[in-house]
Amino acid sequence: MTLTFKEETFRDDFTFSNSPKAIRRFPFPFHEDKYMYSVNIEPHTPGAQGSAFEFPIDIDEHYVSEMRDRALVLEADPRRCQALPHMMTAQWDTLELLMTSMAESYPEHFRLTRDGAHWHWINRPLGIEQKFTFGDVSTLPYEPMEYIARQCQGDFSIQDQRDNQLWMDAGIVTTQADWSLDFDVGMNFFEWHAPVPLAHEKGVFERALKFLLNLQCGRPVRRLNWTMTVNPRLDTSPENYHKWGIDRASVTPENVGNKVHLRVELQGLWRLPRSNAILFSIRCYLIKMSELVTVPKWRRRLPRVLRTLPDEIADYKGLTRYRATTIDWLSQYDDGAPTSLGCGPD
Amino acid sequence: MTETFLRRVRVAEIERVASRIKRFRLVDAANDRLPDFSAGSHVTVCMRSPDRLIRNPYSLMGCPSDTSSYQISVLNVDNSRGGSQFMHDQVAVGSELEISSPLNLFPPAKLGRKHILVAGGIGITPFIAMTSDLAAHGCDFELHYGVRSEEEGAYCGLLQTTYGERVKVYYQDKGEFIPLERVLGEQPLGTHMYVCGPKPMIDWALKTAKLEGWPDENLHSEQFSAPLPGKPFEVHLAKSGRTITVSGHQSILEALEQNGVDAPYLCRGGACGQCETAVSSCDGPIQHNDHYLTDAEKAGGKKIMICLSRIEGNSITIDL
Amino acid sequence: MLSLRQILLAFQQRHKHMTTIKSRPVYPGLSPDLNARKNVCVCDEAGAEAIVELFASAGGPFAERSLVLLAAETLKTNGRGPVIERLSPAEIEVSPALDAAIVRFREVLSRAAMGLRVYAAGSEPLIGSVIQAAADFGIDHKSIRTEQRGSLKRRVQCVHCKGIIEDVTTSPVRCTHCGLFLFVRDHYSRRLAAFQGVCVDAECPGEIPEIKVLYS
Repeated sequence: MTLTFKEETFRDDFTFSNSPKAIRRFPFPFHEDKYMYSVNIEPHTPGAQGSAFEFPIDIDEHYVSEMRDRALVLEADPRRCQALPHMMTAQWDTLELLMTSMAESYPEHFRLTRDGAHWHWINRPLGIEQKFTFGDVSTLPYEPMEYIARQCQGDFSIQDQRDNQLWMDAGIVTTQADWSLDFDVGMNFFEWHAPVPLAHEKGVFERALKFLLNLQCGRPVRRLNWTMTVNPRLDTSPENYHKWGIDRASVTPENVGNKVHLRVELQGLWRLPRSNAILFSIRCYLIKMSELVTVPKWRRRLPRVLRTLPDEIADYKGLTRYRATTIDWLSQYDDGAPTSLGCGPD
Repeated sequence: MTETFLRRVRVAEIERVASRIKRFRLVDAANDRLPDFSAGSHVTVCMRSPDRLIRNPYSLMGCPSDTSSYQISVLNVDNSRGGSQFMHDQVAVGSELEISSPLNLFPPAKLGRKHILVAGGIGITPFIAMTSDLAAHGCDFELHYGVRSEEEGAYCGLLQTTYGERVKVYYQDKGEFIPLERVLGEQPLGTHMYVCGPKPMIDWALKTAKLEGWPDENLHSEQFSAPLPGKPFEVHLAKSGRTITVSGHQSILEALEQNGVDAPYLCRGGACGQCETAVSSCDGPIQHNDHYLTDAEKAGGKKIMICLSRIEGNSITIDL
Repeated sequence: MLSLRQILLAFQQRHKHMTTIKSRPVYPGLSPDLNARKNVCVCDEAGAEAIVELFASAGGPFAERSLVLLAAETLKTNGRGPVIERLSPAEIEVSPALDAAIVRFREVLSRAAMGLRVYAAGSEPLIGSVIQAAADFGIDHKSIRTEQRGSLKRRVQCVHCKGIIEDVTTSPVRCTHCGLFLFVRDHYSRRLAAFQGVCVDAECPGEIPEIKVLYS
């Protein structure tokens, strides 16, 4: 499957948009007309052809432009990519996983040939060719995690497993929904999830941790998380919140369709072989409301979800200011008809 | 997670490395490359004997970066439930077995500045991979290895040749014992201790370290218990209404599986917690043979680790 | 259009639940490890009381095996005071401020062996600094016995400019480096030994909620 890569921006003039194909494959996260936190982990096995779940690592039409935006973020703030010293083996594990996955799933765009520790990587869309020695950091222009993550959509964090906990000891985070890698690096599973309301009381994180501590190689899992963003801005970091926070106050009944975006994270979790660490991918998908309402099931479901969402969750996700305006706008598309269970379009 | 991925492997080599210990080298049955693993990992080997399925965990020895084969060592235990006997008597070069993915419950502490490895008998096996890994990363370590005699101790020569002064072997029949107090008394801040061997040895090492003022966070142990044999008893399954008999030489988990009941498990060695099952009632004390439940949970009698633990009564009802 | 009051309520609602969030450390209180061969106790003047109580509860030769590093900001220039007498027979070193005490602490750790137990008592920034320094020598934070005493003042990292602001007792607080007004969250980083400060008026510039003294 050959992709056509778009030229678009996720800042300043915000020219981002989804093609009709991208709209239909959007990983809409709601399987019913309401939402509550749950562990919602499922095996990360090959999904439907053409879907966002088809391959372990999903590369789409936004690839080239997203990588350009990532490079801009890193140039302005190098602290968005950090790895504690003991995580080098895990970084190599990560590079291996992502490179082999991309090459296997998209052979027309990426190629990897290996002769023992001598690897040869070709990335056609980004015009990169690299020969290097696996395990020797001096043969790459960046440390392994940064090297490959600069060529792969999604944020990544690597968790070290010790003392019956997972510790986020490395990561590259430029498309996050409002959390700071620089602040959170070194925290354990409960600590970095501490700000999430309600979920702790429900025991969600305890069960998730127990499950993840026993995650096996070759048996990855995935789940979906969601929030909303005003403007298709990838870098909604706390670091820059004083610059983009004002967007939340800019929503009017006239501009909801173009400005308000549903932001979904497809999260993958893999056990890494040599380091015994866990790789956590956070792959961000954006869709504006005017694109979303072209899918009948979604235009009915989303306003119903937003209307019934508990206030603590809405506030934590930063929706407070424009929630009502967005629900009003979407409601004009909700004819009250019943919706089928499941996330995909009918 | 009930399903573990099973890989078919073929025995490529068997070597008797001590009077009661054999080393087995396993290759993928389809000659594929085996997955890389982290030092301290073990695999569960599935052995099909005519009347039952036996599954035992064995540490992966060998260098983690050499994935042309996996190596395990098996001690032929007295009073065995059959697994080690099976490996010693029924398995030959060319035999095929099934193994789980590697699982690591005993990794070296990546933040440790020095590592004191304390091994007793067959407990040496995880340290073979660990020393290889630590040496490859230039980490500071010492291995103190207690064996009953030269005849019964495996890999003593190999380890001393490879690592020189960092390895000390103590022969019990010569009256040599690990001077653990002295060893622990002269270590720099940030040193971790790891112990693997029979339970009494582990208990002794952990207690010695504690009395030397070592904090719990710096102490690590691995003890794979094969389920201890005992008297048969009955298991009532509250949800399905079935009753299953557990014989003297099988675990509750094995009895369930033999009767087609799908119960959750992972490590099968009392360490990981996956097989924790709620107890509705029991007509005698539960013999908790695991090291997962807290003392309070064991005393409470409301939970049981079905891969290892038994009861002293005649019947137990569990929530399956 | 939301009123200022509604905005503030929403902001506080967003953070209200965080008073006991999982990343906010809990300090269980000092209890003696009678097996340790050497004890190092780092404290400020308020925390010194906790060390006195620790020695009393431990009894025996515990204090004789102990070194107390006291960060004494208000003790008289000769560095003596009643609390010093009550800490004997431990070895005591008085430093004029926390930074100096931590420098001494690092020197002690660089020559220490396993069998050492660390205790930290006093303000949260002091405890955080002790844990941070000890981590550099391979001491796990869970190995350190801690007790919060005295001022609840906080150390805060401004998430925007990464500057550290000391002795924070209010929320919001003005960043002493970049000037933004910051809401002080309960989200805490052990690595940085600081709470997180986030711009409080990003969504409505200039509308700063009333500054309340919360951590004195």
